[in-house]
Amino acid sequence: MARTGRKKPGLRVLVWLGVVLAALTAVLAGGTIAGQASWAPKLALDLEGGTQMILAPKVEGGSDINEQQLNQAVAIIRQRVDGSGVSEAEISTQSGRNVVVSLPGTPSAETRNLIQASADMNFRPVILNGDGAAVPPESQTPDAQLPKPTAAPANSSDTNWITPEIYKQFEALDCNSPQAENAQRSDPTKPLVTCEPATAKTPAIKYILGPVEVKGTNIVTSSFQLQQGAQGAVTNDWAVNIQFDAEGTAKFKDVTERLNQFYVAAGGESGTDPKSQFAIVLDDRVISAPRSLAVITDGRPQITGGFTEQTAKALSDQLRFGALPISFEIQSDQQISATLGGEQLRMGLLAGLIGLLLVVVYSLFQYRALGFVTIASLVVAGALTYLAIAILGWTENYRLSLAGVAGIIVAIGQTADSFIVYFERIRDELREGRGLVSAVENGWKRAKRTVLASKAVNLLAALVLYFVAVGNVRGFAFTLGLTAIADLIVVFMFTHPTLQLLAQTRFFGEGHKFSGLDPERLGAVPLYRGAGRIRTPEDRPVAVRGKNAGAAAEAERRMTIAERRLAEKQEQLAGSSKTSAKENK
Amino acid sequence: MSGFASFGNELYTGKRSYDFVGAKKIWFLIAAVAVALSIIIPVAKGGFNLGIEFRGGSEFTVSNVKTTDPTVGEHAVTDVVAGSVPRVANIAGNTMRIQTDKLADDETLKIKQGLTTAYGVTDNEVTSTFVGPTWGADVTKQALIGLVVFVLLAALLMALYFRTWKMSLSALAGMAVTMFITAGVYALSDFEVTPSAIIGFLTVLSYSLYDTVVVFDKIRENTSGIDASTRRTFGEEVNLAVNQTLVRSINTMMVAILPVGAILFIGAGLLGAGTLRDLSLALFVGILIGTAATIFVAAPLYAWLRQGEPDLVKQARRVEQRRAGAAERAVPASPAKA
Repeated sequence: MARTGRKKPGLRVLVWLGVVLAALTAVLAGGTIAGQASWAPKLALDLEGGTQMILAPKVEGGSDINEQQLNQAVAIIRQRVDGSGVSEAEISTQSGRNVVVSLPGTPSAETRNLIQASADMNFRPVILNGDGAAVPPESQTPDAQLPKPTAAPANSSDTNWITPEIYKQFEALDCNSPQAENAQRSDPTKPLVTCEPATAKTPAIKYILGPVEVKGTNIVTSSFQLQQGAQGAVTNDWAVNIQFDAEGTAKFKDVTERLNQFYVAAGGESGTDPKSQFAIVLDDRVISAPRSLAVITDGRPQITGGFTEQTAKALSDQLRFGALPISFEIQSDQQISATLGGEQLRMGLLAGLIGLLLVVVYSLFQYRALGFVTIASLVVAGALTYLAIAILGWTENYRLSLAGVAGIIVAIGQTADSFIVYFERIRDELREGRGLVSAVENGWKRAKRTVLASKAVNLLAALVLYFVAVGNVRGFAFTLGLTAIADLIVVFMFTHPTLQLLAQTRFFGEGHKFSGLDPERLGAVPLYRGAGRIRTPEDRPVAVRGKNAGAAAEAERRMTIAERRLAEKQEQLAGSSKTSAKENK
Repeated sequence: MSGFASFGNELYTGKRSYDFVGAKKIWFLIAAVAVALSIIIPVAKGGFNLGIEFRGGSEFTVSNVKTTDPTVGEHAVTDVVAGSVPRVANIAGNTMRIQTDKLADDETLKIKQGLTTAYGVTDNEVTSTFVGPTWGADVTKQALIGLVVFVLLAALLMALYFRTWKMSLSALAGMAVTMFITAGVYALSDFEVTPSAIIGFLTVLSYSLYDTVVVFDKIRENTSGIDASTRRTFGEEVNLAVNQTLVRSINTMMVAILPVGAILFIGAGLLGAGTLRDLSLALFVGILIGTAATIFVAAPLYAWLRQGEPDLVKQARRVEQRRAGAAERAVPASPAKA
């Protein structure tokens, strides 16, 4: 393959195709060796078995969900699913409207309820906090010394909320290990023992929180910005702003009035009284618990301290989300057993194989030896598609679904059509009386346009389907688009160069009757004209062709078929023997 | 093959020619009747056989069943939900499908257990699917949006590529005929309309236009120098182009339809109702009709749309004049023509 002489124009391109294929294989091999990729394409749920739920997020009030809210919905569901202990769950969005949750196996009823529960945000005052780790059993407070309420709680920050049970629960709570999610939301009128999960910068903290004081629905909006210093100059610290509605403003004023007293009593900035903190709770989990540094009367608190741009944005997003609670409506909930999935894949592949075999038989029947070029081209297209799917499975987590397999099977026909268009054009050129080398070049020039134009329609369909459609349709559109691209690569980089090479072989160049390009069989014009000059294929001057082909082809191409035929016709009518001379070139 | 090859040769040279353009009235009439039937049949039958995705409800699939008696499945359902009317079908070798109305979660679990014991299978051989009634509508709505976007973009693409909106219009007309007839066949055959079938429809649209583009590209090539030529009229050039690409059309149709037919006829027996079968029927019919619509509807329509253009009318007159003249001169030269 290393020879790239001038006489073999197709070879260079073929070498390049080999390089591309080898590179793709090397990428996949590298990924597999590194343990990240696998040789087998990733399979979607309908082939692998598992559960797929399609959820439509609904915003309270019935307004349409925007992209940001959808992303928040995904984040929330991801947290819930991860919390429920299901591994390898996949959560994705679909056409900007739905959330798709794919889980291996069959999830418990609890997990299902959890996934579709509506998100719930509220503000609770902190009564007590502590290190995230569980207190070891031996050092837990003995029953006798557990704090006991001495009176009915006066307000939400009252330590009288802490009963012995709650305190025991608090001590035993381990915030360093992942927390199980409960579908049942906590009672807003009762205290809550919960965690603030660890982040990259802060360790996990556990809390005893008082009853709910302000609801998330009281938030109008939230934003984040760089904090302004005392002189109004912008500092480097990020801050998150909240804006409450009238009800929220009044309630939050009451809360901060009480909490700020604890803050002042504890010695202001240096104080550490947890009761000066209020916790922002999402799905019963603390996402932030700032101290109340001032009484907020205008309903526009600002949270500061230790934010990066990213964390400030994250908190602000979560707060905005609290303002518009999203509930989920199940669109479809599908369980596929692994056996059924495997069966579907097996049958799909079998049907595809039978189809492919029929195509092979038909190609050989129609195009004889040229049929092998079709088969080889399909094999190369198949290899490209396979590599692309396997690599995309690794890098983009693309999963092949049954609809995707159907897309590939359908693509066999459309891919083969490119070759058929091309071969038919070559035959047309042969019928015009050209030699094979120039017929290949001219046929290609014409076929190229057709193939490009028609594949554009295919790609357009695949793109539109992919971006507009939902569910299965996407997987189908994806493979359809992928195979269209693979097809273009193969036609340009494999089929055409291969034919260029084959045109120079004796078998094809001299039009062996099994080559599928036999001029005699194709009724090349001279035989039909009965001009008497060319009777046998051997008479076709192979060598001369190469020299003049370029110029002659150029001159020919400047004429339309109609013009050319007109010219031929006129020559013929004139009864001149030049006709055969011309066709002899 | 020699028969087919010489068939191709004769089509190419024009020795053998099918009059697709000239007999357009017949083709248009047939197409119109077929489209009308495709509209009447679903109406007369009271609509399409909609899949569970459009009706909403729960579906159970039981694989490796010991018995394929549907009453077993019906009892398993009615034991839990009295008065419900489940649809039980044997969809493949040993697989039963039970469709019911929408069920509550605990009912689903109970029925699942009931089916497990009733059909004597293990737990993981029974699967359940719940589909909200809006899901299918959702898919369809998105598919329709996709359809409109695709048609507009494709029309624009073709108009730009071929430099004439008349080709776009003709191609879309061919596509519309394909669509209606494919839908009509669905209604007639009582196949379930599922989202997979919708995928099939969308693919058929793409295939139909794809096929038309290939043929139209040949028409474009043949008619590009028409003004300067007096050999054939515009309609004749179009007809020749269709004839010259006829072998391609047949070959492509065959190659495209073979895998689809394999899924439809072989796969369906093994797979039962499912994504692949639903998809393949739409494709099978669509590819057949799409190929035919290009030849019998799109191309003649294009010729008809353009034949009234003043330039082409003049050209047609020149062709006639030349023929009248050539006929006289050709008499002594006739042996050369044989």
